Amino acid sequence: MASATLYSQRDPMLKKRDDFEDILEERRKSSDLKYALRCYAPVLYKGLTPCKANMLKNMVLQSDNVKYVINQVSLESGEALDIVHEEASVILEEMAHRLQISTVRFFAYALTKAFKTIFQHICVNMDGIQRLQQAIQEHPVVLLPSHRSYMDFLLMSYILYTYDLALPVIAAGMDFMGMKIIGEMLRMSGAFFIRRSFGGDKLYWAVFSEYVKTMLRNGFAPIEFFLEGTRSRTCKSLTPKTGLLNIVMEPFFKGEVFDVHLVPVSISYERILEETLYARELLGVPKPKESTSGLLKARRILSENYGSIHVYFGQPVSVRSLAQGTINRSKYTLVPRHLPRKPMEETQSFVNDTAYRIVRLQEDSMVLKPWVLMASLLLQNLEGLELSVLTEQTLWLRGLAQCYGAFMDWPDHAPAAKVVSSSLALHKGLVCVSEGWVSLVVGEPQVPMTAEEALFNRAVSVLSCASYRNQVLHVFIRPAILAVAMHNADSSKKDEVYNCFSFLYTMFSNEFILCPGDTVQDFDEACYLLVKSGAVQTLQQGIVGTDRSQPILSFLKGLLDSFLQGYQLVCRFLREEASDGLTEKQYVPAVRSFAVKLILAGNLRCYEVLSSDMQKNALAALLRTGAVRKVKIADQVTLKVNKMALNSFEDTLGGHLPTQKAVLARL
Amino acid sequence: MASNSNSSERQRIAQQRLRIIAGHLQKHEDGESGLIATECKAEAAGSNGANKGTMPKKRQEVMKWNGWGYSDSKFLFNKKGQAEFTGKRYRLSGMILPSLQEWFENTFGASVKQHKSPATPALNPGALPPPNLNAAFLKDLKATGIPFSHEADDRVFRAHGHCLHEIFALREGRGFQRVPDTVVWPNCHNDVVKIVEMACKHNVCVIPYGGGTSVTGALECPPNETRSIVSLDTSQMNHILWLDEKNLVARIEAGIIGQDLERLLNERGYCTGHEPDSMEFSSLGGWVATRASGMKKNIYGNIEDLVVHMKVVTPRGVFEKSCQGPRMSTGPDIHHFILGSEGTLGVVTEVTMKIRPIPEYQKYGSVVFPNFEAGVACLREVAKQRCAPASIRLMDNEQFQFGHALKPQVSSIFTNFVEGLKKFYITKFKGFDPHQLCVATLLFEGDRERVLQHEKQVYDIAAKFGGLAAGEDNGQRGYILTFVIAYLRDLGLEYYVVAESFETSVPWDRVLDLCRNVKERITRECKERGVQFQPLTSCRVTQTYDAGACVYFYFAFNYRGLADPVRTYEQVEHAARDEILSNGGSLSHHHGVGKLRKEWMKESISDVGLGMLKSVKDQLNSERPKWLHSFQVSRPCVSRNVQAECLSTTQQCIRLHLTHCKNRCQ
Repeated sequence: MASATLYSQRDPMLKKRDDFEDILEERRKSSDLKYALRCYAPVLYKGLTPCKANMLKNMVLQSDNVKYVINQVSLESGEALDIVHEEASVILEEMAHRLQISTVRFFAYALTKAFKTIFQHICVNMDGIQRLQQAIQEHPVVLLPSHRSYMDFLLMSYILYTYDLALPVIAAGMDFMGMKIIGEMLRMSGAFFIRRSFGGDKLYWAVFSEYVKTMLRNGFAPIEFFLEGTRSRTCKSLTPKTGLLNIVMEPFFKGEVFDVHLVPVSISYERILEETLYARELLGVPKPKESTSGLLKARRILSENYGSIHVYFGQPVSVRSLAQGTINRSKYTLVPRHLPRKPMEETQSFVNDTAYRIVRLQEDSMVLKPWVLMASLLLQNLEGLELSVLTEQTLWLRGLAQCYGAFMDWPDHAPAAKVVSSSLALHKGLVCVSEGWVSLVVGEPQVPMTAEEALFNRAVSVLSCASYRNQVLHVFIRPAILAVAMHNADSSKKDEVYNCFSFLYTMFSNEFILCPGDTVQDFDEACYLLVKSGAVQTLQQGIVGTDRSQPILSFLKGLLDSFLQGYQLVCRFLREEASDGLTEKQYVPAVRSFAVKLILAGNLRCYEVLSSDMQKNALAALLRTGAVRKVKIADQVTLKVNKMALNSFEDTLGGHLPTQKAVLARL
Repeated sequence: MASNSNSSERQRIAQQRLRIIAGHLQKHEDGESGLIATECKAEAAGSNGANKGTMPKKRQEVMKWNGWGYSDSKFLFNKKGQAEFTGKRYRLSGMILPSLQEWFENTFGASVKQHKSPATPALNPGALPPPNLNAAFLKDLKATGIPFSHEADDRVFRAHGHCLHEIFALREGRGFQRVPDTVVWPNCHNDVVKIVEMACKHNVCVIPYGGGTSVTGALECPPNETRSIVSLDTSQMNHILWLDEKNLVARIEAGIIGQDLERLLNERGYCTGHEPDSMEFSSLGGWVATRASGMKKNIYGNIEDLVVHMKVVTPRGVFEKSCQGPRMSTGPDIHHFILGSEGTLGVVTEVTMKIRPIPEYQKYGSVVFPNFEAGVACLREVAKQRCAPASIRLMDNEQFQFGHALKPQVSSIFTNFVEGLKKFYITKFKGFDPHQLCVATLLFEGDRERVLQHEKQVYDIAAKFGGLAAGEDNGQRGYILTFVIAYLRDLGLEYYVVAESFETSVPWDRVLDLCRNVKERITRECKERGVQFQPLTSCRVTQTYDAGACVYFYFAFNYRGLADPVRTYEQVEHAARDEILSNGGSLSHHHGVGKLRKEWMKESISDVGLGMLKSVKDQLNSERPKWLHSFQVSRPCVSRNVQAECLSTTQQCIRLHLTHCKNRCQ
């Protein structure tokens, strides 16, 4: 198969940007009720086996796979077959969606009302819709949107309904089911609910995977789930989870369908509904439990302006052409297809690569607003900036971002000053302008506060701001790592720079979307981009900065600064403070109070360190590299620390070279 | 140096001859070999006087030189644009097929009036490389009195099978880079022994040639072969040597072709029941060499079930078992080295084969199913209950429509009316979608009562899957068509349509998925490779087994606008085979591997498996000097490679490349 025709290698600069259409525009002009009641007749998959949601359940329970597992479970547990069968059907009952067009129409009506109030535009790329329409007819389709907000899946269904496309069935976390009426309504609009963890539960896994596969094989509806697994609280993409992706690919591996098309969807919000909520959550204020009353309380958001949303439906990716030459499907032919099997190693790594690929495709098509550039600049100047300087630098950064392939939504024909000031206005909760000086908003000063409270308030505003900067990180991350590596390396020799690059790449691969196997490729890409922006020259001897390089390199280094500091802090904490008894549960609060102490003492100026997300990612990286190990004692998981390794990691992250060789050897 | 190797060579040959002679002498201990000396003459008397086979030495006198089958039989569109089938040999011969043209034009986007791609009218002997003769060999050959020829048309005729690229090359008048240099016609086993011996002695290649119906590229001569190539045509070894009614077996010379064998046995009230679709032309030796499968295998078995004993001439000497017991536990069955060896190990000269009395009663039948899924489910159930009729085949919708296009003109209005009524009943009354429904054809055999009972059982099962009995005529026509269908490719080639068939075997649970995926793959590959018209992809389930089925695909497209249709065709077929393997299908059910599919051999039987085959081959050629083993073949004109050098190499003197047969259109 000519894979080139189906999946073109990404090249940010060559990608033709599609035209967007604002779907709210028409809604503002015509009757919402009429829209909700209009004739809905989507195109369907050509191989569709028509069936109702209820028949689907029967098919799943009668499938060879589920029957086999029921048998096995019954044998192992000694329970009667019909009891296990009953269990399976309870699981399915709890899980299954009950897609009903009437509920969808209700949502169409209610959401239109809400969307028109809080959003200015909802822009959708038309070419993407057409490609999707085509794909839905030809192959089972899996929609893979990015996940930043609860809004995501309502929005997706809303758009598909608007364009008369088949409504997806959506894998949602069980926590939604806690919302009484809403949970059921979501179910009736196509959501099916899965438990967050069901590690060892064979029966659950069998019912769940068969349910998804049956819908896929029959072409019942496009299947939608979030590769990232959960909403990203930081607005950077999360490292993908592969469980569900593996399930939807399996019918292809086993020859049950000719192909499966994966459609990456990038949903970019100008302002996220959960903005400060996320920041508080990251700082340790627990996330409010999903409840209907909570949702009602949240209706005050209806009075605010959340700007616009861009939804980009990417080019469908054919699993068949991706798997060409990688997956030998005949290996699947030696065992009956209904036997549950662990994915083979080559499959696992293929699924993993694909997951990263898709997330990168999502990232590439995120539409970036001027504000994200401004947020990046403000975070590097916490004490504030002059408005004119900010404007000038934002313009400069826009040039750099576009050179690196960013998908900017910059208003045409508007003077830069106006663009900047309207962005500032939209985000007035985060930033204030007084007398031409722009700085982050810090709490309400009139209320008397303890030092800790003040710090907390400051951290909320920094983290909120960071969540915007994070949206642009994917554009700069590879050159930024290279910039730090060039700074840290002994010399400008290419292999030394590469070693530093590779170290950072490994350390940060839980933090950013850096596919473990792609180090070399990404290094080349980073070099290419830096050269292209005129920041470096690659000569025979190595990689050297040019005279124009200073602002670019220091901006890029600045981007990573808080991450480097955060990781160093975690190393230091573990080295100095972690007693042998430190449990995994205690880890986050302990690091946080360690950091708070340092900040209050004036020894640390980095607020992002307080983010539990960064702390967890750092720990994951250390666990992965073996500097920290988990030891299970009784019921507790405690962390066991290798101080030597931590010490050298800390040094290397800080750019101290002497110990670097040893570290690399350990990696 | 040279003289040195010469003398050792001579020594070696002398030793070998001694060994072969010793082998023959030893055999004198068992009774039968006493006949050896007289065998060549005795056979005629043994089998009812003079017996002239259908196949003359000069095959081109009866057969097409650049297409399938008899020269006098072919499809053509007459001046009125109506299709007819010429000749007198078949039920369809001389008939008008009124709906073929419309089907043909609609299916392929071809135009009978406007777009013709006629073949070169005659062979141009000048385009042929002159024969590369080995004088010493010829001298010895002449001394034996075995007939031979160097004529161009004889040599070209034996340079190919019936792969698309071969026929296409002939039609374009391009011919082949390398063709056999000599054709020999041995009359009996001993002649073959002599030929092989001389070939060993004089370093000459031997390619056995039986029916010439190969569709695996097995008959192609390696273009860079520098030794003289002899095509060993077995057509004159076509006698039944004896018939044993007590044990129901017959001893038959391996060159006999299917139709002659059946005719001769029928004269005595017997049959073998082995009926591959190519049985008009393919030979017994070829069946053995390719592991052939017959349409009625459900009753009679495949070739491996039918063979009781065989005699094979190898470079090492003659190979045969010492008894004709019906089953033995004497290590791995050595017959199975030869069954499927595709001529790489030796020449099969005589076979003892099971025979059966001609069945008392035969009845055709057919069943219409609402869709292919229902049909497959029904066949699976029939296989499960082990009540498959002599033959049961399920055609998909495309093939059903194709079959309709081949209906001859109906003379009476009444028949027309009945046909219309039937159609109305099935599509309107029963609600079958004419673009979904498919047909199973059935053939029952045995004594009358049993057949009727059996028939009822099968129809009852079919009814459970929504099948409706659709009459004897439809069934019978289905089977008649299998013999003429091969002629249709030649018709297509006249109008820019290339076509080919291929087959596989697959476990039951994967039949539907495999059929769907392979068809879809073909359609996509054609599109991607710039084929301007929708290809025809069609399949049928032709055999049922306990654990799976044999699936047969047709694939054709209009190649107008393509620079290199054969190459495009081959790329698509290659992709289709990949798809088959990915979906759990086998490399081949009965066509064999040949050169066409040798690249998948390792994947199919594993490194170790391949090594085992290789070592058998090495054993048969073990006295050859090592350096000659590295003989490599490259084939510029054809993209796929010679069947497993592993299987087929050409050692120093003998290239045994048997390909008598293909069981075409099974």
